[in-house]
Amino acid sequence: MGSHAVEHDYHLVDPSPWPFLSGLAALVWGLGMVIFFGGLVSRNPAEPNAMMEFFFARGLYTIQGRDVSNGGWIILLIGCLFAAYVMYGWWRDVARESAAGDHTPVVDIGLRYGMIMFIMQEAMFFVGWFWMFFELGLWHKVRAKWNPDVTENAVGYASWPPPGIETINPWHIPLMNTLVLLLSGTTVTWAHHALVKGDRKAAKLGLILTVLLGIFFTYLQGVEYMEAYAHRNIDGADGAFWLSTNIYGSAFFLATGFHGLHVLIGTIFLFVCYLRLARGGMKPEKHFGFEAAAWYWHFVDVVWLFLFVFLYVIFQ
Amino acid sequence: MAAYGDDAHDDKPGFFTRWFYSTNHKDIGTLYLIFAILSGVIGGYLSFMMRMELGEPGIQFFEGNVRLFNVYATMHGLIMIFFMVMPAVIGGFGNWFVPIMIGAPDMAFPRMNNFSFWLLPTALICLLASFAFGGFGGGWVMYPPLSTTGSPGPAFDFIIVGLLAAGFSSIFGAINFITTILNMRAPGMTMHKMPLFAWSVLVTAFLLLLALPVLAASLFMLLTDRIPGGTGFFNPEMGGDPVMFQHLFWFFGHPEVYIMILPAFGIVSHVVSTFSKKPIFGYLGMAYAMVAIGVVGFVVWAHHMYTVGMDVDLKAYFIAATLVIAVPTGVKIFSWLATMWGGSIRFSIPMQWALAFIFLFVVGGVTGVALANAGLDTALHDTYYVVAHFHYVLSMGAVFGIFCGFYYWFGKMTGYLYNKWLAGIHFWLFFIGVNVIFMPQHFLGLQGMPRRYVDYPEEFEMWNNVSTLGIIPTGLGVLFFFITVGEAFWRKRPAGDNPWGEGANTLEWTLSSPPPFHSFNTLPRMTDDGGH
Repeated sequence: MGSHAVEHDYHLVDPSPWPFLSGLAALVWGLGMVIFFGGLVSRNPAEPNAMMEFFFARGLYTIQGRDVSNGGWIILLIGCLFAAYVMYGWWRDVARESAAGDHTPVVDIGLRYGMIMFIMQEAMFFVGWFWMFFELGLWHKVRAKWNPDVTENAVGYASWPPPGIETINPWHIPLMNTLVLLLSGTTVTWAHHALVKGDRKAAKLGLILTVLLGIFFTYLQGVEYMEAYAHRNIDGADGAFWLSTNIYGSAFFLATGFHGLHVLIGTIFLFVCYLRLARGGMKPEKHFGFEAAAWYWHFVDVVWLFLFVFLYVIFQ
Repeated sequence: MAAYGDDAHDDKPGFFTRWFYSTNHKDIGTLYLIFAILSGVIGGYLSFMMRMELGEPGIQFFEGNVRLFNVYATMHGLIMIFFMVMPAVIGGFGNWFVPIMIGAPDMAFPRMNNFSFWLLPTALICLLASFAFGGFGGGWVMYPPLSTTGSPGPAFDFIIVGLLAAGFSSIFGAINFITTILNMRAPGMTMHKMPLFAWSVLVTAFLLLLALPVLAASLFMLLTDRIPGGTGFFNPEMGGDPVMFQHLFWFFGHPEVYIMILPAFGIVSHVVSTFSKKPIFGYLGMAYAMVAIGVVGFVVWAHHMYTVGMDVDLKAYFIAATLVIAVPTGVKIFSWLATMWGGSIRFSIPMQWALAFIFLFVVGGVTGVALANAGLDTALHDTYYVVAHFHYVLSMGAVFGIFCGFYYWFGKMTGYLYNKWLAGIHFWLFFIGVNVIFMPQHFLGLQGMPRRYVDYPEEFEMWNNVSTLGIIPTGLGVLFFFITVGEAFWRKRPAGDNPWGEGANTLEWTLSSPPPFHSFNTLPRMTDDGGH
């Protein structure tokens, strides 16, 4: 191999600071998570150290309103912002490379493979949550019988949902959320068809409607959570539940919560596509960023349908 | 195309840019290998201390803090798996040789490749930070309640965060490998002409992609279970189920063991073929045997949990499914033997490692077939028999595969030849050492000595003595590994393009040693008879 011109269509990426900075951001973020959830130092009334306690004692209590004197969440926030900055810079570079023509047809196919694989791993992540949900929902009686140490709980958890839990009526907010997400699936398809036909105005309209529907979904989910949170201290009294009430609350909030997180990610992804579209990016024949966002959005939609059918309706 | 590297593609960037901002698969592969060696030293030190402690009954080194012994055992497992074997075989050799073997100039996503690497130091820092806060002694399997209410404090939170980072690193690496292999093979290189190492990394990448997200989900469950006033997935008082964690964990954990061994299979196939001067016997059978191992590997997880009180029908299923894996594994073993049969065999250093790999992996595989039976496993569960089994398949399977690949490709990666006498001393010391360490552990296990204890009754003394003696040759072997590498860099004997001769016929041997910065500017073209 001499030093002659490149004779292939692959994209040889220039050296980039973003991966290294991502590692650093992940470190700050991870440290923030540890402090936020567990804290690094325990509060010691005998030897108070205000600085240590403020930054390194448990931050979650701040949020739960039990103790306002520590700020572990600040490190978590810095980590998140650092990561957001890195992601911005990284994807800005990708968009520029795309505009510069680096994304040849073969590179474009590679990006598609990459996105499909990414969605596959996301699907397996939710397999983990559904596994948990089905195991708890289907085998509660078997589980109670196995373990003589928890015979008390055999009665307490002999049914699903556990006694004393009044589940959320699936035909109110959850049905609305289903319709919102299904509708957003149609608006994103509308935007895609408009973009392919070169009608950029309709594409922008369809996309911003999708983003708004995504935000509306998050809002409705927030209303549902706030209701549950507001009633958390009267566990069982009126059937209200929170994630710490019992296993039903844990399963409900973590499964729907991680889905909600993915809705937020998808909404941001679509909004970035809207901004790129508004700035004149995205060609009718080449707009993989948009397609990836749409694929991701449909994936999030399908996960919701599974949640709606199983978690809200069948196992209510 | 980008302006960079168009005309003078062998111009390397400056030091900091080259090693920290890298987008080059060979440089990133080198970083992975250095990282794996560093982690191997840390993990090796931990096991050295454990073996020293277990040399005789009584407490020798962990007086006053016997829990630290369990911390060492836990960290030894986690570091060796996530930070030594995986970065070496997938990140190191995978990055270095998969693109070259398939005739691609680089990985599909070179920047994401570097992202995968730089998450690992972050993850390792988190794991080491866990030490600073007292460490976690609940075993690498992290079963609750030891990992929830049993370990308050930040030590285990750091392990969760570190493993999440290492997991995302591997997931993004897997996406990269799958895309590279499916999309960037050289013209004419169909899937059925692809070198077996690339096949092994492809199957491994799918296992990573499908198994690790489930681990991530279960780690998040552990994290929220640990928060006071948090969830209760694994807490029976809240209706949860600690055994559910074991199911979730082993759904990841069993594919994980194939993630570690499959790339070693790929390396050994090339080495056996090269030094027998014959093409690999039953190429397609070899490739699809790995696919079969990967697929069946997903449905056998509960054989790690025969003692949790499973239904007998369920046990019968998991026994049958587990024993099925012996079939494709047998296909591989016999194909290696058939490759050597009638070949012109040269006992070079890599070939010695490969032969030792086959022998030791068969030993570990046979004890695996024994352990697959629930009835027997009930007696042997959590004894040293299990420890001996998985060290035979991993520390003598995967690690011998790593050294095999290292000595096979050292000349290609560095451009220098190592001294084969020094390398031979490394091999023999290591081979004798690990067998002296782990063979007696079979006997200890059959006598009933349980794992994860700092002390033991005097009945177990003799074989523990022998086992601990084995660390002397093993440690000296590791020393000779560093001497061999150092000597090669010191003497700088040029390796030439292909030091192994006509048996070595994959694409990396057509390039200079070390290869040009972007390997191929003109893509190689495969001919119908498999040449190029």
